[in-house]
Amino acid sequence: MVPDRIEREILIDAPVDVVWAVVTEPEHIRGWFSDSADLDLRPGGEAILVWNEHGTVYGQVENVEPPRFFSFRWVVSHGAELAEGNSTLVEFTLTAEGEATRLKVVESGFAELAGPDDENQRHFDGHRRGWELELGELAAYVAQQTRTSAER
Amino acid sequence: MTVLAGDVDELWSAVADPTRRRVLDVILDRGEATATVVAGELPVTRQAVAKHLTILGRAGLVAARRQGREVRYAVRPQRLDAAARSMASVAAEWDARLAAIKRIAEAEARAREDRKRQEARR
Repeated sequence: MVPDRIEREILIDAPVDVVWAVVTEPEHIRGWFSDSADLDLRPGGEAILVWNEHGTVYGQVENVEPPRFFSFRWVVSHGAELAEGNSTLVEFTLTAEGEATRLKVVESGFAELAGPDDENQRHFDGHRRGWELELGELAAYVAQQTRTSAER
Repeated sequence: MTVLAGDVDELWSAVADPTRRRVLDVILDRGEATATVVAGELPVTRQAVAKHLTILGRAGLVAARRQGREVRYAVRPQRLDAAARSMASVAAEWDARLAAIKRIAEAEARAREDRKRQEARR
């Protein structure tokens, strides 16, 4: 069955405070997420993520508990302001494992997204969701991504 | 974007609703079911189930078959796979981002170790 939350994790050979910096600091966020990031790192703070090719995604910081927990909401469609039923929640949890850090990410709230009549739904964007891929290509893409991350 | 993008939107909206996912579960369990049977399993009216089945039908997730006076619904597994894969692609995107975080953080940690060693040497 289709879940409404995604949970992934990775073990990183770096101390927790270094991973925290990479996850939360705009200069690092540019390296793994959007092309530029403007982040007011406190609860309720504004998040602006810009993809040069695709546009701007707005969001809001929810919780900041350095260096263990960071969460934010991001709007599913480009350019839209945060509103009821148009965002998902992303939660990062960092746990020290000896010298290393286990980083877990949970993205949830897919089921609460507004229905097809909502304006937002029509603007669902391919860049965020990988929907630019045709269904047939999707399977190959996922398989390839899975292989790549297994090799890493 | 292709013509199929709108198609995927419809698919996504259809499975994003928790009640519709339960409707799919009930039909999957039985192989085939009428709206009345599905309503008997869930805390929703037959009318509500019929509405959900229409949306699921439009997204291609269920197929209707008339048998006498009954309409029986069955899940179309290929379409369900497609919906599951769109979630899988969200997961794949996070895997790619986490891998990038790992690469950056490990490079930072190594750089920090190097600085420490250099300072110790002085």
